[in-house]
Amino acid sequence: MIEVKGLTKYYGRHMAIQDLTFDAQRGEILGFLGPNAAGKTTTLRILAGYMPPSQGTARIAGFDVLEQSLEVRKRIGYLPETVPLYPEMSVWEYLDYMGSLRRVEDLEERISEVLEEVQLEERAESYIGNLSKGLKQRVGLAQALLHEPEVLILDEPTIGLDPAQIIEVRHLIQKLGKDRTVLLSTHILSEAQQVCDRVLIINKGQLVAEDTPENLQAQISGADQLVVRASTETEALRDLISLIPEVTEVMPGEVEGEVFVMSVPGKDIRPEVARKIVEAGFDLLELRLAGLSLEDIFLQLTKENTHLKEGG
Amino acid sequence: MRNVLTIARKELRLYFVSPVAYAIATTVYLILGAIFFINVYFGLRGETIPPDGRIVINPLITILLFATPAITMRLLTDEQRMGTIELILTAPVRDWELVVGKWLGSFGFMFLLLAVTWVYPLIIHQMTEPGIDQGVLVSAYTGLIFMTSAMLAIGVFISTLFRSSVAAFFTTLAVFLGLWIVEGFGSGSGVGSEILRNLSFVSHYYDTLFLGMFDIGDLFYYLSLTALALFLGTQVIEARRWR
Ligand SMILES: Nc1ncnc2c1ncn2[C@@H]1O[C@H](COP(=O)(O)OP(=O)(O)OP(=O)(O)O)[C@@H](O)[C@H]1O
Ligand SMILES: [Mg+2]
Repeated sequence: MIEVKGLTKYYGRHMAIQDLTFDAQRGEILGFLGPNAAGKTTTLRILAGYMPPSQGTARIAGFDVLEQSLEVRKRIGYLPETVPLYPEMSVWEYLDYMGSLRRVEDLEERISEVLEEVQLEERAESYIGNLSKGLKQRVGLAQALLHEPEVLILDEPTIGLDPAQIIEVRHLIQKLGKDRTVLLSTHILSEAQQVCDRVLIINKGQLVAEDTPENLQAQISGADQLVVRASTETEALRDLISLIPEVTEVMPGEVEGEVFVMSVPGKDIRPEVARKIVEAGFDLLELRLAGLSLEDIFLQLTKENTHLKEGG
Repeated sequence: MRNVLTIARKELRLYFVSPVAYAIATTVYLILGAIFFINVYFGLRGETIPPDGRIVINPLITILLFATPAITMRLLTDEQRMGTIELILTAPVRDWELVVGKWLGSFGFMFLLLAVTWVYPLIIHQMTEPGIDQGVLVSAYTGLIFMTSAMLAIGVFISTLFRSSVAAFFTTLAVFLGLWIVEGFGSGSGVGSEILRNLSFVSHYYDTLFLGMFDIGDLFYYLSLTALALFLGTQVIEARRWR
């Protein structure tokens, strides 16, 4: 559905993305993960037909984004990062305008459907300028879904939404991703993990890793890391857990009674930890795999770049 | 082509909710009305009312010099500043359709605005005997509409160059004044003067259409100017993508 080869983009002399190659199948949700200025928006803009690449090719549904731009643009729904909308138009007017430009059939009916999908039915007559940031985001999303595109390109779709909304939008994306291709960018690792079938990590314009979220996390962490909390003092807990042979390091956590445990990879020590704590007569309050922050991953990726590429 | 109409319709609708457009319309009608009243008033006190639409069209053209840049100044500047152009250019809309649609929307608005000013010549027609020369009036108004079309197209083109509508307004105004006075530099003989005279906004109107001499060549001049400006505007939008 999406085939990208050697994509490179210069802004003047500044190289924003370098030699990106990847693809995505129908029914796949592909996540684009990277820190600020990694080149996510640049890549998505090229794929959406907003600007041409400096080098390389990209094809969407078999059409070249440069040579057959119009065909590509008919088939994509795009939510730009800044969600640009006309403040002086009402939600309905705006969707009517975009829908006419996109030749949507049975437009009125379709607008009602989409408004329901993003839960904006009650604000159809509101002026966009009077909507909150999150509601504007939903108008942007509605606009991207209006013509039922085969490919959805979403640049940080959950930014600015409240937690309940974030969950809803993620569900919506997952639902949409069943029968179409979704390409979304984010710098939230947990979002990529939850929503995406596959994740591309890019940094400074280069692809540094590509895999399923589970594999990435497993490869990256190298050692298993746990967060453990029990009804005792940190010191006591620390001594107790240190007795387990696979444990390499135990560090104090953020609150009293919490520790951060590193162990040798490959063996799940959670049952052992639980048993130790209960046998010692304490209550086990929390035991979970520690999520890594994106920053941690990047630190590791820059160190283990080659290893990861083989792995992916 | 359907996209052009869709875009034009949207722009036209936005003029009807835009305070700027109302301010312009109010100004046009107030000034015209005042001038008209003064003319008619003094006319009634002895002097004769000139039996044509000139007392309306003369001030109207001066007002248009300022009104058209105000009408076009935000057309593509706003789209670029707010980034809304990103969603238009990633929809299946060709660059020229966007530019022409914007122009057509502004033309629709100005057309309506000018149509209303017909009441003044009609009043004169009622007040005078045997009335005014309808042929001259039609010729002068047709020319006026073609001239407006060219001015709006130039305004649209200049709005593609800026993100600030104030900058677009003053640049457009400067270009209009340039096209206005260029004739003055072409008073001599020779090819250069000839070209300058032919470039002038004024000579193509006041020397012919305004006097009731209906000349296709003059209409063609304004049409070419319209087409050229819209073409240049499209080129700028296209170049923006390649930046
Ligand atoms: N229009 C532009 N002109 C010049 N440079 C640009 C332009 N757009 C982006 N850049 C530069 O290209 C690089 C990549 O930017 P891009 O917006 O693609 O990053 P991003 O991954 O989307 O970042 P973020 O998470 O902050 O949105 C940055 O260094 C940025 O400054
Ligand atoms: Mg970005």
